[in-house]
Amino acid sequence: MIPLTWYLILSGALFTIGATGVLIRRNALVILMCIELMLNAVNLAFVTFSRHHDSMDGQIFVFFIMTVAAAEAAVGLAIIVAVFKNKATVNVDKINLMKW
Amino acid sequence: MLESLLFIIMGLIVITCAIGVVFQKNPIYSAVFLIQTMVSLAVLYILLHAQFVAAVQVMVYAGAVMVLFVFVIMLLNVQRADQELGKDRLIFQKVSAIFLGLLLFAVIGIVTVRSVLQGTKGEYTPEHMNEIGNTQLVGKLLFTDYVFPFEIASILLFAAIIGAIILAKKELKE
Repeated sequence: MIPLTWYLILSGALFTIGATGVLIRRNALVILMCIELMLNAVNLAFVTFSRHHDSMDGQIFVFFIMTVAAAEAAVGLAIIVAVFKNKATVNVDKINLMKW
Repeated sequence: MLESLLFIIMGLIVITCAIGVVFQKNPIYSAVFLIQTMVSLAVLYILLHAQFVAAVQVMVYAGAVMVLFVFVIMLLNVQRADQELGKDRLIFQKVSAIFLGLLLFAVIGIVTVRSVLQGTKGEYTPEHMNEIGNTQLVGKLLFTDYVFPFEIASILLFAAIIGAIILAKKELKE
């Protein structure tokens, strides 16, 4: 059997890549995708700990995280569509109306 | 042995495709890489004896959510409208972001490697789960111990549907 630490390191790497992507990319759509990457990394950690503790609670939490991710994607994409209709761009550097 | 091989292959695919999501210039390629990441993660969930989560991962994430993403990318035709290299880009953004990312990974890796997994064991061992069935156990828990969060989740989805419609609908002329 594979040591569960490997899964946790993979989860950490996936989360890191997602966080780096949010910092690097300026396209709002890709930033949302990187957030999905981070949510997936957290899901992997939850399932790993669920396996380690021989418990089902982690898998139930993954179910709820997926619900939140679906809601987040729907609302986030609706916001992006609304912003694109107003400003004709999805570059987050150009969407700075509320910047102080 | 076969299990380790499968883990290594799938882990490499996950990491490679996640890097692809970040560094592809065209958002549609990022979306395709993200779909591949999610399907590979579903294989890892099966290795961890979480068959229901794996099935939901493929159906909800790689299916529904990514269809939404691809639909919006096609709708907005972003490729032409979005030039990433504008002049108001922060200097050294890419370099410092990668540096901070490596730092974060170093911290996570050191903490993970140095810590020892411990804690109490529950009753749901893989043998027990194979006897009853993973999906049946998830369903039973969802409708007994977790019935209140389950109902809250339905309200959350309802609010999200209404919010998305309100945000994306056309303004009515007064």
